[in-house]
Amino acid sequence: MSTQILWFATRGAGVVSLLLFTAVVGLGVMASVRWQARHWPRFLTAEVHRSIALLSVVFLALHVVTAVIDPFTSLGWISALVPFASSYRPLWLGLGVVSLDLLLAVVATSLLRARIGPRAWRAIHWTAYASWPIALAHGIGTGSDASAPWMLGVDAACLGIVATAVAWRLLAGRRSADLPAVVASLGRGTFEKPGALR
Amino acid sequence: MAEILRLDPIRCDGHGMCAELLPELIALDDWGYPIITRGPIPDRLLDHARRAVDVCPVLALRLRHTSTTHGAAAVPTPAGAGGR
Repeated sequence: MSTQILWFATRGAGVVSLLLFTAVVGLGVMASVRWQARHWPRFLTAEVHRSIALLSVVFLALHVVTAVIDPFTSLGWISALVPFASSYRPLWLGLGVVSLDLLLAVVATSLLRARIGPRAWRAIHWTAYASWPIALAHGIGTGSDASAPWMLGVDAACLGIVATAVAWRLLAGRRSADLPAVVASLGRGTFEKPGALR
Repeated sequence: MAEILRLDPIRCDGHGMCAELLPELIALDDWGYPIITRGPIPDRLLDHARRAVDVCPVLALRLRHTSTTHGAAAVPTPAGAGGR
């Protein structure tokens, strides 16, 4: 039991990470399409997105660390950080590592956003859209509970949420970014106050 | 040492979250772009101002130090900005 507890932690933290990442992607899309409601201002989406993202990193760290220190797996730190370096299920585990590395880049650039500037931050942040499906594939490919009905249900629900979110973003981009944005930029150009620039 | 809010209108994308978090000092114009009350930020609003700066998705809002002391009559204008 005492050795198995690490394995259970790995599995549990993996599933929780998937759920949290799904929420983070959904909230990220909600922020980017500028969704708001009467009792849900925009800053709330942004701040909940950030908070759950940091929480998901904690569970992801738990997922990886417990897998590595579990004596039964003998994975080692290199397999956990270098993609496809593992001798155990190199493809499926490697996908998890790719997802992890992309996410580390997203988190690091978000923490250093003020230094690297919004353009670089945004470019790196886009890789989250790659990280999420790769993480899902990792779970489906090598998850210990991957074929359990409840886990299939979790996978399907998460996939549904992210697919909906991505579709929402694509459609919103087509509609909203056009007219109001053009009007807004015209308005700004016309009514620019002198001395407002840096 | 007081702090003021500075907006970079080129970067600003009109997300409007700064105005949600700091309505005391930031209003939105008809197009959703912020209009910032000039002058030093009162101490009681500093934390809210930092949060408003922090939430901007395009880093268009910044806090700037100004050497003007509290209670000065003149509105502080950073060098080179050229005033209003």
